Amino acid sequence: MSREPDRQVNQDRRRFMGAAAGAVAGSAGGVGALAVGALGYTAADDAAAAPRTEPVSDRHRWGMFVDTAKCAEGCTACVDACDQENGLNLQAEPHGSNEAKWQNQRAVWIRKVKLQDKTSGHVTNLPLMCQHCEHPPCVDVCPTGASFKRADGIVMVDRHTCIGCRYCMMACPYKARSFIHEQVDQKLTRAPRGMGCVESCNLCAHRLDEGSASTACADACAAEGHHAIVFGDLKDPTSAVRQAMAKQPSRQIREDLELNTGVRYAGI
Amino acid sequence: MSKRIVYREWLIQPERYWGLLAVLAAIIAIGGASALYMEHEGHWVTGMTNSVVWGLPHVFAVFLIVAASGALNVASIGTVFNKPAYKPLGRLSGLLAAGLLVGGLLVLVLDLGRPDRLVVAMTTYNFSSIFAWNIFLYTGFLAITIGYLWTMAERKGNYLQRPVGVFAFLWRLALTTGTGSIFGFLVGRTAYDTAVLAPMFVVMSFAYGLAIYMLVLMTSFEWDGRPIGPKILKRLKDLLGLFVGAVLYFTIVYHLTNLYGAKNTDFEAFLLANGGIYTLMFWGGWVLVGGLLPLGIIYHPRLGKDRNWIATACALVIAGGLAAMYVVIIGSQAFPLEMFPGKTVLAFGAPGDVGGAVAPYTPTLPELLLGIGGVGVAMLIVSVGIRVLQFLPESLSDKEMDGLAEAV
Repeated sequence: MSREPDRQVNQDRRRFMGAAAGAVAGSAGGVGALAVGALGYTAADDAAAAPRTEPVSDRHRWGMFVDTAKCAEGCTACVDACDQENGLNLQAEPHGSNEAKWQNQRAVWIRKVKLQDKTSGHVTNLPLMCQHCEHPPCVDVCPTGASFKRADGIVMVDRHTCIGCRYCMMACPYKARSFIHEQVDQKLTRAPRGMGCVESCNLCAHRLDEGSASTACADACAAEGHHAIVFGDLKDPTSAVRQAMAKQPSRQIREDLELNTGVRYAGI
Repeated sequence: MSKRIVYREWLIQPERYWGLLAVLAAIIAIGGASALYMEHEGHWVTGMTNSVVWGLPHVFAVFLIVAASGALNVASIGTVFNKPAYKPLGRLSGLLAAGLLVGGLLVLVLDLGRPDRLVVAMTTYNFSSIFAWNIFLYTGFLAITIGYLWTMAERKGNYLQRPVGVFAFLWRLALTTGTGSIFGFLVGRTAYDTAVLAPMFVVMSFAYGLAIYMLVLMTSFEWDGRPIGPKILKRLKDLLGLFVGAVLYFTIVYHLTNLYGAKNTDFEAFLLANGGIYTLMFWGGWVLVGGLLPLGIIYHPRLGKDRNWIATACALVIAGGLAAMYVVIIGSQAFPLEMFPGKTVLAFGAPGDVGGAVAPYTPTLPELLLGIGGVGVAMLIVSVGIRVLQFLPESLSDKEMDGLAEAV
């Protein structure tokens, strides 16, 4: 509890800086800009428009709970499943590329992270993906509104309006986003991919939109018998994810930023 | 009776003029071809990765944009702060500002993943993004600068010069604040989460813009055999010294602010002591080449009067400025995101995927050529401008300057 005032100050400071920036920009004739803006503002309005017949609503907020104690060392089932599900395994290293550099250039939606406590030496394994923040910095900074949050809490990129500026990647505290550095020959219909755009984990939105409330990573983890990843509706107290979260304490990565992430971790 | 300033087109020999244009056109063509190559192949041919997402093109682009707003300062000093000695310098100042901005923006746009979608950026806005605001700040800056030039050049518009000048000055402050804020508002990154970046960018713009201005002024006058008197040169170089000193001051404040916050000490150690190329760029480029050396020249009793040495000081400020941008933009991306305090990251994704460790970045040739192409565009705009229109005063000799001072 002693941290509460600190947090308050932090949020206030952020709001102040935002207001100050607006004031500075506004003072030098932002009036004209606002007038144009009123005409041109369409960003993020499309967020609710799901391709299916029924629009996505805020009745749900999709999220995940990760029990790091159950995340097995050396297991990459979630990563492999994600690669399959979202066509990431179809990425081909460009001819003439440097292998080491390519590993840092290819798109990755979920990665296994292994940590060691500096004091105790305790080792923790966990899957790290887009944290689907309630207040996503990537959405704040995107100039065109291509980076958006759906009504059901999923943060994703509209590939039609992404101009590839990569500002969202600068803003993301989790290195969750990938830029498509190479020409794409093969891709899946459910996960379209194009050179020059940014993408990241979308909690298998295509599955949700088809009516199946699961993600490839959670399913794969369960199939391996680990059950370290539990997916579900954070707004439904009876959902598996809320039940799992009720049983033990969990926290957010970079809790200090107060982004209210949709992915929570136990044991970190 | 107030003394009239006589402006003349740049009258260098045609062979020299067209030769210069040919060289600049070649530089621009090479830059354009590099951009085309990167867009065609994809960004894998650059040194950029998912860790270091903005590379050398951004270093050039941000430098040029920051310098653009600084270049306009010379005109502001004349009209807004009513210094008659700066009045004859105003037109070139406006032209150079417009040229640098266009060059910088071109580099920025050509480094996008999808430059073909520029029209999307111009029609779809998210106003919580400082980037979206900057689109207006940049295009507005161009429009205002052109209007400002008109008030300076057209006698019928002279009476508007001061209000437009004040407006342009405020706008350029907003522009650089906006550019600094691109970085200043990234809360997730240790290096950037500080409000001091915005004013630091403003001061940097003063220094870099003036250094480029002085080099362009001295070169164009030299080629055309026009005189620049020691008095105006001394004024300009003293002003440059002041700005360079201010950059150093803000650099100290920036690092002290970071050091004060205990969580940032790792980052400071990285920049100041064990960051390899970034530490070298910081001390060697930003502080020594871009700060201490030019200051030493400017305030040296003998070298400070020699115009070759003054030109050298300007070039050093520019080189140091590029190094500073490299440290600010790339160094802070290379430094790992601190996601797990108190923990060592043993593995982060597949081998080769970088997290919890310093990210490697080696710029490739096309990136450099694209950046230099942007500089070429700026210089082409200035060269053609001063050739076909009356931007340059006929003389800046002491006699001329004294006449101006008396006239007011």
